[in-house]
Amino acid sequence: MGGISPPLPAALGSFGLTWALTAARVAAVHELSIARQLAGVVSRAASGRRVLAVQVRVGHLRQVVPDSLASAWSFTVSGTALEGAELELEEVAVLLACRACGTTAAPPAPLVFDCAVCGSSDTSVAAGEELAVVSIDVG
Amino acid sequence: MGRFHRHDDGTVHSHDHSHDHSHHHEHGHEPGQHTHDLQVQHEYLEAHEVDPELLGDHSSYETGRQRIAVLEDIYAENDRKAAANRAAFDAAHVTCVNLMSSPGAGKTALLEATLAALGQDVRIGIVEGDIETPLDAERLRPGAAQVSLLNTGHGFGGECHLDAPMVAHALEGLDLEGLDLVMIENVGNLVCPAEFEVGEHVKAMITSLTEGEDKPLKYPVMFRSVEVIVINKMDLAPYLDVDMELLRRNIAQVNPTAKVIELSARTGEGMDTWLEWLRERLAA
Repeated sequence: MGGISPPLPAALGSFGLTWALTAARVAAVHELSIARQLAGVVSRAASGRRVLAVQVRVGHLRQVVPDSLASAWSFTVSGTALEGAELELEEVAVLLACRACGTTAAPPAPLVFDCAVCGSSDTSVAAGEELAVVSIDVG
Repeated sequence: MGRFHRHDDGTVHSHDHSHDHSHHHEHGHEPGQHTHDLQVQHEYLEAHEVDPELLGDHSSYETGRQRIAVLEDIYAENDRKAAANRAAFDAAHVTCVNLMSSPGAGKTALLEATLAALGQDVRIGIVEGDIETPLDAERLRPGAAQVSLLNTGHGFGGECHLDAPMVAHALEGLDLEGLDLVMIENVGNLVCPAEFEVGEHVKAMITSLTEGEDKPLKYPVMFRSVEVIVINKMDLAPYLDVDMELLRRNIAQVNPTAKVIELSARTGEGMDTWLEWLRERLAA
């Protein structure tokens, strides 16, 4: 996210709009939509209290770029009641549960969904698809 | 697993997990089914009960700071609305297909060919997600029983995907009782649409020959989210250096159970397999 320095002005002038378009269309389109979903969950949970930090669990299969999410979050909450709330990411590595041999293990390589123990492709993702708000700090 | 905290200056550090602070266990919570009255003043770090592995040592935080357990998938609200959409489809005995792809892969072309082939026998409604224009909706109107256009460009920039509330809004423009099948043409994008349930019964995607063999590995979330993967623009195969075996192998690596259909929406080659699959889904 080089060259982008959040937080941004809440009222979008032409510069802000250009930034938004750039962020939305190029750099962080995915993270921006995630940030907006996040802000909704956090706002409801906070019930009007000031939010200092948000603990988010992110699985490695969700293709989230942490720096992009941090910038998208700053942009999303800028000028809202959540402005200043810090995002704390807990990353979750991928685990595959194998139906053939019954083991649960890390994949043999990134984006390989075969069992690392017996090689079967009959696996399901046991961890790594998380994208959840774990908790919030208010004060 | 380390606990990574990212700070505004870009630094990341991990905490160890000392839990020597005192707790006050008034509220029993079962992990995963956590409901709470937000008016209740939860004890400091009471969320520790949910899963001790989750929380770092924050005992140095200032007094008055409280941690509140939330444990909610960030798409939970969207998914609730998606379930409501699905219930509306079910009540009207309508099958709903969410069709996704990159821009220009041929979503509208495939829908046009589908309407031409099935439009006489099957009452098809189209939900058209388009950032700014009605162009695609106009292309599809001739063969469709009903079309509902969603322009997503009303905020700044435009949405890069359809979500369940948007589709709920689009459904207000459709008479589901008069339909058998709703095809949702999502916004052209291989990333965000994969994340948002909209109430469909099945997700399908198109990848086209001109996009390259590596796309399944670059967009695994999308390729893993679907039941059917259409490889479109097969009529261009003689003019391109596409390694079909590699493309199929890459698809199989990230989604071994996907049904893969090679076709050309332009020439009609391979359309039979797609139409047969659609008819099977309609009968199911």
